[in-house]
Amino acid sequence: MMQIEEEVRQFVVDNFLFGEGEQNLANEDSFLEKGIVDSMGILTLVSFVQGKYGFEVPDQDLVPENWDSVALISAYVQSRVGVAG
Amino acid sequence: MCGIAGAANLRGTPVDTERLWLMIDQLRHRGPDDAGVYTEGNIGLAHSRLSIIDLSAGHQPMHNFSRSSWIVFNGEIFNYVELTKDLAAKGHQFLTHSDTEVILNLYEEYGTECVQHMNGQWAFALWDTQRKRLFLSRDRVGVRPLYYSLTGDSLIFASELKSLLAYNNRSPEIDLEALRQVFTYWFPITPRTVFQNIQELPPGHSLIWENGVLKTHRYWQLDYSQVELGQDPSPATQQRYIDELHGLLEDATRIRLRADVPVGAYLSGGLDSSIVSALAQKFVGSSLCTFSVAFEDPDLDESAYQMEVVGALGTNHKSIRCSADQIGEALPEVIWHAERPLLRTAPVPLFLLSRLVRDSGFKVVLTGEGSDEFQGGYDIYKEAKIRAFWAAQIDSKSRPLLLKKLYPYLAALQKQSPAYLKAFFHVREGSVREPFFSHIPRWELTAKSQQFFSASIRSQLQPSDLYHDVRGQLPTSFENWDSFSRAQYLEASFLLPAYLLSSQGDRVAMAHSVEGRYPFLDHRVVEFSTRIPPRLKMKVLEEKYLLKRTLGHLVPDVVRQRPKQPYRAPDALSLFNPSTGRARHDYIEEAFSYERIKDYGIFDPRTVQKLVEKAKAGRASSHLDSMALVGILSTQLLIEQFVVDLKEKLSDDANRRRSASVCS
Repeated sequence: MMQIEEEVRQFVVDNFLFGEGEQNLANEDSFLEKGIVDSMGILTLVSFVQGKYGFEVPDQDLVPENWDSVALISAYVQSRVGVAG
Repeated sequence: MCGIAGAANLRGTPVDTERLWLMIDQLRHRGPDDAGVYTEGNIGLAHSRLSIIDLSAGHQPMHNFSRSSWIVFNGEIFNYVELTKDLAAKGHQFLTHSDTEVILNLYEEYGTECVQHMNGQWAFALWDTQRKRLFLSRDRVGVRPLYYSLTGDSLIFASELKSLLAYNNRSPEIDLEALRQVFTYWFPITPRTVFQNIQELPPGHSLIWENGVLKTHRYWQLDYSQVELGQDPSPATQQRYIDELHGLLEDATRIRLRADVPVGAYLSGGLDSSIVSALAQKFVGSSLCTFSVAFEDPDLDESAYQMEVVGALGTNHKSIRCSADQIGEALPEVIWHAERPLLRTAPVPLFLLSRLVRDSGFKVVLTGEGSDEFQGGYDIYKEAKIRAFWAAQIDSKSRPLLLKKLYPYLAALQKQSPAYLKAFFHVREGSVREPFFSHIPRWELTAKSQQFFSASIRSQLQPSDLYHDVRGQLPTSFENWDSFSRAQYLEASFLLPAYLLSSQGDRVAMAHSVEGRYPFLDHRVVEFSTRIPPRLKMKVLEEKYLLKRTLGHLVPDVVRQRPKQPYRAPDALSLFNPSTGRARHDYIEEAFSYERIKDYGIFDPRTVQKLVEKAKAGRASSHLDSMALVGILSTQLLIEQFVVDLKEKLSDDANRRRSASVCS
């Protein structure tokens, strides 16, 4: 779990965070509230997760409950790959 | 079409003729055919001319019959024929057949309210030698530019900022608040410009200096107070709107063909420019020449539609096909002309197009600009309508789907869930009552590009009430208007003059001595459009409903029925080539270099490097990334050209040969 969270965080930092945001991002921070991702950003996150963890994300899973923070994404990935943390 | 400049020494010291020449030398691209300077004591006027009407006798600065007034004028007064007749009947005498002289006589007759009688696009400076009054004016919607500056005891004015900078030959300071505005709205809010101590005269305003007092006067304002709301208009009422719009647009086009040189037209492949070309062709016959931008990128290219129109109208057609590489290459020159940072590259292809127009022997083109603003064409109107519709029933499953349908060309939107759409489009109960409801998604997204500002710049920008700069300029009745009228007002009063008619209009056309003319911006068409019921402009979600029923029959079915596509050019892709992982041109690498970014101090070098890496890897695919990349690069270019290398840039331009004599 820690490892997934770290990988997701790194991806978010590399792709969406610039400047001060990098240090200040808590894993629970909402991407929408902080204005970190737009519509293209969500899809970028999805394709990263699909490629990295080897599963397909169905359209109905594309909701903020799964994708709106580092913590939520890693929990979602966790639930899909079923690896104990 | 021309360039104008001038100076008034407010304490009476004689004006320096040489400095007037330095100013006008910077505007020779606007008027390569002729130039002239007039001085009377502490007043000086300068002019560079692009000859279009009365080619032999239109030299400026020009005086009236009695030599009591002198003028320098950039633009066209399209109803000059009718005005001349009226004025002659009132006893006025004319020395030429030019529209310039008509302004002098109109002024004689009506004083500074003369502008109320003019149908056209103008920026002029008139010196009344009797009253010792200097009178500057700019057209109603802001087709032609006019800037001014009070430096020491002098008031100086000109068509472009570079001309004002040449007067003092001193580098300007960047106005950081204007920069913040550019990185929110895409442009500074008038009267602010990107340089400190230089103001833009807003559209619909005059500036008058008399008896030691300088004052601005708003002579015209867009007003939606008379809009007809309520029930669906009856078929008879609708027909009356159609008849009136038809008559006005036909006449607006007819008088815009007045010129002593041939007039061409731009064809985008959309409804508006097709209508304008079709109307124009009725008057000029089969010889109409049309010009288009095509793109190598098939997602952006509209040439199939353009060729449909060319085939249907039988015009003599020319086009340029733009590659991402060419757009990147031309950007620095475009920034020199635009005189502000750009957040999109869309002006660049139009800069390349005006070169084709000039090289084809044309000085004047008609365009379809102004229809989307006033006839209900923009996606932002439709988007606001859908957002309001959804917000009224916030748990609806089907209403969000309309947003996906609105943007079929935005692949990333198509997969989004309602929850995400709600967030991206700010759909909240009650939000429709907010004054900027229609524009908040656009402005908020753009403002995120400010995250690249350096810490020092951020600390200098005072936190202020968000959007106070726009709010402060709204008419008092704005709050009472319907949401559709508000959205139209915001587009037509801000984006249209400050971006579309400037960076994407006057500047890129005049860079190659080409004058744009806009039938949809005839003030009679504009004023009429403010009364048309919104439900006839956009019927449910069909844009430009009334216009299509009025003149849609003139264009091919495929063009009338096609989904609307906004004009776009490749942005990030014009700067970086993901397949090579490199910048497309050396200057881009230099402008983005850590040292240069740090040196100019506007942006944070480390943050910018991350963005650049992302672009090189082909991952800068969001709107925000694209806007930030183009915005940062163009700000760097602006500083390089106008602050660091200003003197070299000005003297390069001044070395152009002067072709006229001094008159006084």
